[in-house]
Amino acid sequence: MPTLLRRYGIWAAAMIMCGVLPLIFKSSFSISLLSQMGISIIFALSYNMLLGQGGMLSFGHAVYLGLGGFLSMHALNKIGGGALPLPLELLPLVGGMAGVVAGVVFGWLSTDRSGTTFALISLGIGELIAASALMLPSFFGGEEGISGNRMVKMTLTGFKFGKSVEVYYLIACWMLLSVGLMYLLTKTPLGRVANAVRDNPERAAFIGYNPRSVRTLQFTLAAFFAGLAGGLFAINYEIITAEMVGAHPSGSVLMMTYIGGVGHFFGPIIGAVLVTFMQQSLAGITHAWLLYFGLLFVMMVLWAPNGLAGLIMMHEPVWKAGLLRRLLPSYLAILVPTLVMLTGIMILVEINYHLSLSINPDDPLTLFGIAFNARSPVAWGLAIALAAVGLFFFRKMVRWVNQSWNEVTQAMKGADR
Amino acid sequence: MLEYLLFSVLNSLVLGMLLFMLSSGLTLIFSMMGVLNFAHASFYMLGAYFGYQITQAVGFWPALVIAPLLVGVIGALVERYGLRTVHKYGHVAELLFTVGLAFIIEEGVNLIWGRNAMTYPVPQSLDFPLFTLFSTEFSTYRMFMLLISVAIFIGLYMVLTRTRIGLIIQAALTHPQGVSALGHNVPMVFMMVFGGGSALAGVAGVIGGIFLITEPAMAATLGPIVFVVIVVGGMGSLTGAFVASLLLAAIQTFAVGLEYSLTDLFALVGIHGQVSGLLEDLGRIQLSHTGPILPYLFMVLMLMFRPKGLMGKRES
Repeated sequence: MPTLLRRYGIWAAAMIMCGVLPLIFKSSFSISLLSQMGISIIFALSYNMLLGQGGMLSFGHAVYLGLGGFLSMHALNKIGGGALPLPLELLPLVGGMAGVVAGVVFGWLSTDRSGTTFALISLGIGELIAASALMLPSFFGGEEGISGNRMVKMTLTGFKFGKSVEVYYLIACWMLLSVGLMYLLTKTPLGRVANAVRDNPERAAFIGYNPRSVRTLQFTLAAFFAGLAGGLFAINYEIITAEMVGAHPSGSVLMMTYIGGVGHFFGPIIGAVLVTFMQQSLAGITHAWLLYFGLLFVMMVLWAPNGLAGLIMMHEPVWKAGLLRRLLPSYLAILVPTLVMLTGIMILVEINYHLSLSINPDDPLTLFGIAFNARSPVAWGLAIALAAVGLFFFRKMVRWVNQSWNEVTQAMKGADR
Repeated sequence: MLEYLLFSVLNSLVLGMLLFMLSSGLTLIFSMMGVLNFAHASFYMLGAYFGYQITQAVGFWPALVIAPLLVGVIGALVERYGLRTVHKYGHVAELLFTVGLAFIIEEGVNLIWGRNAMTYPVPQSLDFPLFTLFSTEFSTYRMFMLLISVAIFIGLYMVLTRTRIGLIIQAALTHPQGVSALGHNVPMVFMMVFGGGSALAGVAGVIGGIFLITEPAMAATLGPIVFVVIVVGGMGSLTGAFVASLLLAAIQTFAVGLEYSLTDLFALVGIHGQVSGLLEDLGRIQLSHTGPILPYLFMVLMLMFRPKGLMGKRES
């Protein structure tokens, strides 16, 4: 029983969580947030099949999401017109197949080399598709995109999918299924060989695996899941525009996967949940959310290249050794100057956005419930002072954190002996 | 027809030399550090915005000097405190750092100057038609752009081949360890090249921001084109970048004037008919509308069949 629990417990917990969450957060905002998180999780995990598991840095992964979405939308309109006998629940498979077709073609063309060449080809293909989207209005729908109606008669489950919570459960089911499949894929020989090709293509070729075939296969499977996410996107939003195949979603999936961490399977899930949450909640509060997102990304690249998952897993041995308590004081101590510094930077950013974007810059700006004039030198001075003081103490505390980290590692080494 | 040809050649020269100013810096940085700098076009954008702001304050001519210098200093700082920090995590991390930097610069420009395009007009001293051929005028500003970029091309060539620092740079491109062993400060050379490349992008921004448009999306529009240039020309090859810049500019300029479609092409060999279904527009696209996709098509084909590029010596 304990081994069973250890092995499947996390999956059971995930299922229960997916079932219970919409019962706790009932507002339409949180339901749509949860649905978007589900789609992002599939998309980010599929991206990590390339970057994390296959060592292919792609700048055009949204092509497969978008193509899947567009074909699903066309199929949805055919289902609605009675021309295609396919239950709505299986519609994402259409998107997945679109991804597979595009993935085989573009994958074979681009996977001869990895590294910079692959990155540039993926960028080129992405720009190519995005630019031709505006030239083929009957497929991509031109400027206004293509819309559909998900309330079709053909369903398997009897749900009408008029309510967004029903769509949420559909997305959750597909999400759990895809996550499970992608996890199992990492355990298959293909997943292992993909890792081998990532680490050393020459040696992989030497023991008889053609790196290009392995990469193409991995690429195609990733494109399948991306297309599936696109199909779910089509069902969820009932509209899809040419922007979906463009550089923007390609860039943001790269960033969310990297922030989550490419080295661990669950990293992209964390990234997708966090970034989607930021996207949906911060975008409503501040114009500057993209700037914060970019800053977060660059900070992760500079100081935590293994992402949030890497940071978490770094502490696993410490936790097992029972030494986490020794780290806590320094962590709590660094939290204070960090928050002070971030508050200062945030005030500065918000003041600037207020001055450059609002209709009348002399209108009072409200931050943390305090209304003030954005031009007032007091606000500027306070913000700069907060940022500077925060930075000063932050640097001091970094030393303390490093010191206690070293002590803990020493203690663990000692315990080993 | 002659008029169309002549002006297309002149315009593609102007655009091509602008592209070369951007791609020369990028290709030098790439061959030296192996880093594809995604933020290079962002330095071009910074150049345009700085140029706009300084023109407002003290006029165009000082801006032409000050703005690129500022951009160069920013570039050097980015190399010193950003790229050098992530260098230990490998090339992917360096590349991603520049991606994030491009993102931040675009948002920073939004933050400071707002989301609308700036009114950044041609300076008055250059705002008159230089000559009129047949019935079309050629503006002085275009000629000025051409002269500036040719001067920079010659200057760059001279510096790289005729001066001591140029020789050190050339040596550091291929044998950084050897150069370092001879007692030269290679990290310093890297920083200078990065700063210099950024400054060149800044010059391109100051004059290109007037010629094209100064808006927060300008980096994202031009950035991929510059990549196409250095890929087609061959990564790390200055001559290749020069040829490819002119070639791409010519393709883009000439395609605008040609109104043929696939249907016409098939009709030419005797096949008539219409594509139907979801891709029915495919036959109707005219060559003049394919301007935006041609460079990328060119790049993808190049990478697949001749990854060295036109003049490159090595693959990625």
